Amino acid sequence: MAPAIELRGITKRFPGVIANEAVDLTVAEGEIHAICGENGAGKSTLMKILYGMQAADEGSMTVFGKEVHFASPNDAIDAGIGMVHQHFMLADQLTVLENVILGAEPMRSGGRIDFAAAKQHLVKVSEAYGLDVAPDELIEALEVGERQRVEIIKVLYRGARILILDEPTAVLVPQEVDELFRNLRELKEGGATILFIDHKLDEVLEIADTITVLRQGRSIATVKPADVTASDLAELMVGSELPTPETTESTVTDVVALAITGVTVTDEEDRTLVNDVSLRVHRGEVVGIAGVEGNGQSELVDAIVGTRAVASGTIFLLGDDVTRAPVRHRRELGLGYVPQDRQEEGMLLPAPLWENAMLGHQTRAPFAKGPWVDRAGARARTEEIRRSFDVRTPNVDVAAHALSGGNQQKLIVGREMTAGPTVFVAAHPTRGIDVGAQAAVWDAIRDARRLGLATLLISADLDELIGLSDTIVVMIRGKIVATLDPHDVTPRSLGSYMTGAAFESGATP
Amino acid sequence: MNVALGRRIMWATAAPLAALLFAVAMSSIVLVISGSDPLAAYGDMIAHARKLETMIDILNRATPLYIAGVAVAIAFRMNLFNIGVEGQYLLAALVAAHVGGLISLPAALHVAVILLVAMSVGAAYSGLAGVLKVTRGINEVISTIMLNAIAISGLGAWLVREWQASGSIEPGSATRVGTTPIDESGLIGDLNGVLEVFTRDIKQGKSLTGVLVLALLVGVGYHVLVNRTRFGFDLRASGINPFAARAGGVPPKRMIVTAMVLSGAVAGLVGVAEVMNVGFFPSNPIRGLGFIGIAVALLGRNNPLGIGVAALIFAFLDVSSGVLQFTGAASREIVVIMQGVIILAAVVAYEVTRRAREREEARSAAAALAGSPA
Amino acid sequence: MRRFAELPAWARWALYAALGVLLLTIVQGFDDTNRLTAASSSQAMLRWGMPILLAGLGGLFAERAGIVNIGLEGMMILGTWFGAWGALNYGAWAGLLLGIAGGALGGLIHAIATISFGVDHVISGVAVNILAPGATRFLSSEIFTGYDGGSITQSPRVPGVGHITVPVLASGPDLLGDVMRADVFFFSDVAGLTRGLATQLSLVTLIALLLVPFTAWLLWRTRFGLRLRVCGERPEAGESQGINVYRYKYVAVVISGGFAGLAGAFIVSPELSGIYLEGQTTGRGFIGLAALILGNWRPSGILIGALLFGYPFGVGLRDLDGAASHSLLLVNAIALVGVAVWAHRRGQRTSTILAVVLSGLAAMWYLVAEEVPDWWTDILPYVIVLVVLVFFTQRLRPPAAAGRPYRKGEA
Repeated sequence: MAPAIELRGITKRFPGVIANEAVDLTVAEGEIHAICGENGAGKSTLMKILYGMQAADEGSMTVFGKEVHFASPNDAIDAGIGMVHQHFMLADQLTVLENVILGAEPMRSGGRIDFAAAKQHLVKVSEAYGLDVAPDELIEALEVGERQRVEIIKVLYRGARILILDEPTAVLVPQEVDELFRNLRELKEGGATILFIDHKLDEVLEIADTITVLRQGRSIATVKPADVTASDLAELMVGSELPTPETTESTVTDVVALAITGVTVTDEEDRTLVNDVSLRVHRGEVVGIAGVEGNGQSELVDAIVGTRAVASGTIFLLGDDVTRAPVRHRRELGLGYVPQDRQEEGMLLPAPLWENAMLGHQTRAPFAKGPWVDRAGARARTEEIRRSFDVRTPNVDVAAHALSGGNQQKLIVGREMTAGPTVFVAAHPTRGIDVGAQAAVWDAIRDARRLGLATLLISADLDELIGLSDTIVVMIRGKIVATLDPHDVTPRSLGSYMTGAAFESGATP
Repeated sequence: MNVALGRRIMWATAAPLAALLFAVAMSSIVLVISGSDPLAAYGDMIAHARKLETMIDILNRATPLYIAGVAVAIAFRMNLFNIGVEGQYLLAALVAAHVGGLISLPAALHVAVILLVAMSVGAAYSGLAGVLKVTRGINEVISTIMLNAIAISGLGAWLVREWQASGSIEPGSATRVGTTPIDESGLIGDLNGVLEVFTRDIKQGKSLTGVLVLALLVGVGYHVLVNRTRFGFDLRASGINPFAARAGGVPPKRMIVTAMVLSGAVAGLVGVAEVMNVGFFPSNPIRGLGFIGIAVALLGRNNPLGIGVAALIFAFLDVSSGVLQFTGAASREIVVIMQGVIILAAVVAYEVTRRAREREEARSAAAALAGSPA
Repeated sequence: MRRFAELPAWARWALYAALGVLLLTIVQGFDDTNRLTAASSSQAMLRWGMPILLAGLGGLFAERAGIVNIGLEGMMILGTWFGAWGALNYGAWAGLLLGIAGGALGGLIHAIATISFGVDHVISGVAVNILAPGATRFLSSEIFTGYDGGSITQSPRVPGVGHITVPVLASGPDLLGDVMRADVFFFSDVAGLTRGLATQLSLVTLIALLLVPFTAWLLWRTRFGLRLRVCGERPEAGESQGINVYRYKYVAVVISGGFAGLAGAFIVSPELSGIYLEGQTTGRGFIGLAALILGNWRPSGILIGALLFGYPFGVGLRDLDGAASHSLLLVNAIALVGVAVWAHRRGQRTSTILAVVLSGLAAMWYLVAEEVPDWWTDILPYVIVLVVLVFFTQRLRPPAAAGRPYRKGEA
């Protein structure tokens, strides 16, 4: 039997980068095949080539024994390939049905869509695989897990026999991952071939029949899960052992640096986003916030930073009441901030690095002299950040968009750390950056903690949260529902707190 | 360093030059189709522009265009589109001329009061659009356009009639109708004396407007404010990425209103050029400077020098095309097509070069790091 | 209140309309005018509303596909010139078609700049707005100056297409006319307004009105519409399902320009001006955008917005002594009271206070003055647009990806 997919010598270059270099990949029909690799290893590019969204510069592709050349996703879909993207490809304002039938709409005469037939087909597909969705619901009303189901149904609706899933677990908590894996096994039973991209090794070992490891754009090895351990895989992925976040002995003092009391945040329609949250962060302490995305963590961060008004409650920074203070005042009091989306909220992409290094600190030395910008001072400080945080750049005058994501993140962490913060709010500080940069960010947080920095850490990476925090609080629907000692939890048990499952099963919060 | 500077100059000038050439080519095609000889037409225009008197006309025309361009650019730097410069300058000049005609003060003070009134009116009217944006979420493009219609056809038309000096200002001259004339003390003098030091005597009763100096001051002030001050950094940061700027302590709403107020204040000076030249606000003032100001700012890429060059190009086209009426080489309206094509070609060319430049920067950043330890 | 919300949309709008007529009727009872509900007023509202409607629908196509079209005004200008030129040379119907083609050409330029070259949508739109009057001025200088009665700023008189009068209702038995002449409070007013709509209805107006349900059908019932809307909400989702996003965006923006062009051709048709005149669009492309916003990016909403904005144009035009505009002040004041009540129930304090203050000012002016000056009549449409936007902008939801640059393969 011919393999479902066979890639030979796939090479893809971008300006200044080689994303894939002579990649070989063979996927047997009816198996779950995992592609592993750290960020920037070229997994996503490879999948986009396989799905016709980008063209390979070199190499050949065979699907079910036939050589193919994809000019667009249409060709890939025709060949029986479907893709579930990491960032869901769903239009929020359209219904589930509209999203699913898009591109394969059943028609009536005169260009009209046959919505009745479409719904019938959708229900059939969703029942066949036990994927439950409401066809007429708007996407914006769905939760993350449901949206992912819609994505999978979308692919099945178009009759795909090969499913590509790009980091499907990145947005899910462990319990939702279990549900997803059940679905995937069911699909496999039904004869589907599944290509599964991930970098969480325990998950890969649990679900995959075969594992291919990519490193720096090349296919390094193809192995069976029975033959390898997680640390073997890790070594294959990075070429050395994977670093883990691990704090040393406690440096917590009894000086309260950040005191939040009874903070409630509402949106324009008066819905409560953060509900009566009280929290204390001491100097030398890292407090981690765990929670499924959308449970009020980012709104709480906004309230602390000052970009969102609080409805009630107080926020004190080192004894100063800043509840109603503008952002600038808080930053001048020593609030350092790493936003959750660095390009959205942290960077001026077309501006030079030295201007990016000013952002948030532009009112103070060395960036300003009175009302004037101190260009020389700003450049010198940026050079300092570049050296001590290992920001890889030819000089500090290049525009920020020329830097890789990891280097952008190091610049942000560097600018906040060198400004001498007393309270540091870090939202997903290592999301989407490579292993080297990740370790650098962890080191920076650990070093600052030793020197008495109070840190509030929000992260979806549960290992990071457990490894760095002195205390972990769990948020559900805007409320703090549990305060945990990181020594007592595992990612799995933390996950059950995040979904609320821990409370239903009778565990004491 | 010299190589880098050369590169920067190349990047900065390649696109506008390409746009100009494209516009000339398109206009030539249009001229050929309509049965005219493009070379003859361009030759006539250039020959005309080489006369001292024409040059003075070009500078006089470029002066308010430059101020309008800067006004638009200030808002552009914050990603705001002040389409309302048109209404702002007409209203501001009208009120300023009226006030200037009512009072009599010592020279410098009189001028200062007129300028201040003009800037305040422009600032207030533009600021209104800013306030509507931050408090009610109304897009400034729509609101400034509505405010233009209100200022020009409504409020302005009414005030012009209300404040019109009785009779004509010079008996028998139908065109010399307007607000009460401003005393000599309130007017900025011409620069003929300065110019004639370097050139021959100026003929045809032409005079080089002294508002040119004001325009240059506006340009320098704009450069310093935007590129050298903390405020300018906040402004540009908000324009590039309002969310990042906000997280960096820049209050977005206040910046929007401030930018609109500043833009309007400068817009208020646009019409002052005409008021200073004729001594009152005429009942039929020069219109359209605000709209061309948008074009000038776009072509000049919001750069103080670039806006100057753009203003001169547009002024050259406007003024020197007048000669075509006499030589008959082509319809003078060809220049309005040329101006439109320049703008479209320029915005496309800027986008193309911006992307090319981004690619090159990413490549050179990656290349510079290749070989350094991973 | 809940029961009201459950009524079908047409019934709710009919109720709103009846309420509006009632208001106009009562108000003109105070003043000695019948211009507010005269058949001529409803006709004027319809005729003046159509260019705004068409521009708004044009904006709808573009923005639903993710392209903001500030260039509608320029495309409308192209429509006026080509509409006039076509009608003069090839007849009224050809004028409409050429007007559409002229606007579509402007749309194509906007599409090339924004879609292929990724130029900022507003900048490109502004550039189109600068280019279009330049192009028409040049064309006039080349062509209209050669016509009898034409000049660089205007064309000779332009012929129009035909009219129809709805039988039974407004002709033959003329039922509505009977009711109107019976002079019964309110009912005669409704009949007068309705008869105005049904009498001598221009075929272009009819076409413009039919384009409202057609657009709704096209965008929400067909494959073309679904794919177009995806381009405006999440183009990457379309791309990943194999849809050629560029093509849909191109088609949408060209259609958008075509609608604006038709709006321009409508303006030069004898329905409104009967002549091409430089500067005659007077910002109505932008008012179309305002109608689009007010209509919450839906065809029926745009129609309401267009009629609302068209009404003061229509009334003002024949109101040389300012009496009707004077009555309109009271209408405005009462409408603002309604807005205040509405805002209060939603707990919007600032809006409530603002509406009360504005209402008070309008009422005061109504009481103090006998008539309003002509400049007020001139700017009233623009003031109404601004005031309406002040109260209703914030609760609206534009297409998620409108105005965002999109590059294929960057998903």
